[in-house]
Amino acid sequence: MNRRSLLLGASAALTLPALGAHAQGAQITGAGASFPNPIYQKWAEAVRGATGIQLNYQSVGSGAGINQIRNRTVDFGATDAPLSAQQLTEGNLLQFPTVMGSLVAIVNIPGIAEGQLKLTGPLLADIYLGKITRWNDPQIVALNPGLPLPSLAIAPAYRADGSGTTFVWVSYLSAVSPEFKEKVGVGTSVRFPVGTGARGNEGVAGTVRNVRGAIGYVENAYAITNKLVTTQIRNKAGNFVKPDHKSFMAAASAADWSVPGFAANVIDQAGPDSWPIVAPTFILLPINPNDAARSANVRRFFDWAFTNGSRLAAELEYIPLPESVHNAVRAAWRQSFGA
Amino acid sequence: MASASLTAPKVAKRRASSLGDRIFAMLCQAAGILVLILLGALIVELFIAGLPAFRAFGIAFVTSTDWDPVRELFGAGVSIYGTIVTAILAIILAVPLAFGVAFFLTELAPPWMRRPVGTAVELLAAVPSIIYGMWGFFVIAPAFAQHVQPFIIDTVGELPVIGALFQGPPFGTGLFTAAFILAIMVLPFIAATMRDVFEQVPPVYKESAYGLGATTWEVMKGVVIPYTRVSVVGGIMLGLGRALGETMAVTFVIGNANRISTSLFGPGNTIASLVALEFGESEIGSLKLASLLALGFILFLLSFAVLATSRYLLRSRLKA
Repeated sequence: MNRRSLLLGASAALTLPALGAHAQGAQITGAGASFPNPIYQKWAEAVRGATGIQLNYQSVGSGAGINQIRNRTVDFGATDAPLSAQQLTEGNLLQFPTVMGSLVAIVNIPGIAEGQLKLTGPLLADIYLGKITRWNDPQIVALNPGLPLPSLAIAPAYRADGSGTTFVWVSYLSAVSPEFKEKVGVGTSVRFPVGTGARGNEGVAGTVRNVRGAIGYVENAYAITNKLVTTQIRNKAGNFVKPDHKSFMAAASAADWSVPGFAANVIDQAGPDSWPIVAPTFILLPINPNDAARSANVRRFFDWAFTNGSRLAAELEYIPLPESVHNAVRAAWRQSFGA
Repeated sequence: MASASLTAPKVAKRRASSLGDRIFAMLCQAAGILVLILLGALIVELFIAGLPAFRAFGIAFVTSTDWDPVRELFGAGVSIYGTIVTAILAIILAVPLAFGVAFFLTELAPPWMRRPVGTAVELLAAVPSIIYGMWGFFVIAPAFAQHVQPFIIDTVGELPVIGALFQGPPFGTGLFTAAFILAIMVLPFIAATMRDVFEQVPPVYKESAYGLGATTWEVMKGVVIPYTRVSVVGGIMLGLGRALGETMAVTFVIGNANRISTSLFGPGNTIASLVALEFGESEIGSLKLASLLALGFILFLLSFAVLATSRYLLRSRLKA
């Protein structure tokens, strides 16, 4: 029996979760955001070992995830951009956050090393609006006395595919620049007036690496694994902060989560050490599930992840939610589903 | 008479299983009709699903250069422009090369070389487009960004009038890079067609020309090309059709910006790459999804027209 479950586990680990599934029957399916996909896969592996629940998660993008959960073709949907309270009521959905991620700005400027360049939110907005076009612009030089900033054209790179990453990035730029909010706005794909698009985090990272003078935005995990040059950004308190665990956690605990659908605004939080660009990612769970047992298993899955999954999340450069948020989510489950 | 009596028993045997014949014939017929229905259903479905976009924006959808998901303003202008410019530029780059390949293979190459080189060209068509995309993004785009484009921008870009086509920051990606990758992708289709039609020129024509003292080039120019002109254009249209619909490789290298830039080095978008990129983030029932499907409909019509023209021009060769 041991040997059999080992074999099943092995075959499932070989990215064939569907094949081993029928043995235990406790299979749940989810679809949506690609941003949390690595941690959901990691949790799925751990949860399978601990509870036997098998998660089959398709990383198809937030929009497709919302479509699939509205049609009830999966047990839960996942989205980076939270749905509004009205949308949740219409779809009869419960929304809760699972983990948070952070975005960093990456640059390719000859002579500038990791973490040296200091930028502010309004400056980033002006760069992505095409108003600041050279790296030796007086406004950038004023923030960075002593740095050898060349007279090089700034080449902004952005995500060409619709993505939660873009949503978070333009949410931040819109929060700090009224002009950006008016001219570009917030969405999973927007119309940037300048720059070039690339597909996926790896595409943006590749473009920035290839093009001298380029700037881009990626999830922090990509910047770390690809050893990209990140920048400091000035937060709401006026301090320049580096993208690291400390500044991410500071932002996570500063947020106010007591809003409908947990759609907390964690962008540009107050606090002396807060990294300004962090965002949670959400799960959408039907309040009237087709199959109550599977819905309960989804909750068991994330309950396990909240209790035991924070270390795995941190290993993959995600930011675990504060304990208080975990408990608030559990309370919301009890309220919607009883038990 | 003798032969008729010999075949008679066979005929009788066939009649015995005529039910099987009829069923088989019906199955084959159904398969053939299914393809027609599929094609018709696809185009009708795309049109119906894209109707909300046509309703919302009218005929201006085709020409509008807006693509602003935040304000829900959609137009096909930029992607149609990008699709046509990259496809035509790819053809301009690929046709001389394809002609060279075909000319070499039919007239100049020693017989032992014809098979391997011909096969190699055909194998280019078998390389999956994602491979071209990755190669374009990780090899060609950096090379263009660091060497080719700075050079062209500093030289040709300085010229009056034509210089405007070659200006801007050297991103490496953009319309020109996309056209370059596309040119390599459509090369095998055009080269193979050209070679096949060149080979169909009756030897007696060519030999007569040689007999009159014509050089190889004169035979090519005066006999082979006039004889095969229509089919060659058909082959080029075949490549054009392929270039119009190519998605993956183009998406990697075109720069994906929904703006029309005057420079060929500027980023752009094609219909196929825009649809591929935006589809995952379009909600059911949204105007964006309708616009993407309407784009699909336009691309369908465009490719259909080009490929139908190609078929028409190649009809004599296809019959043979």
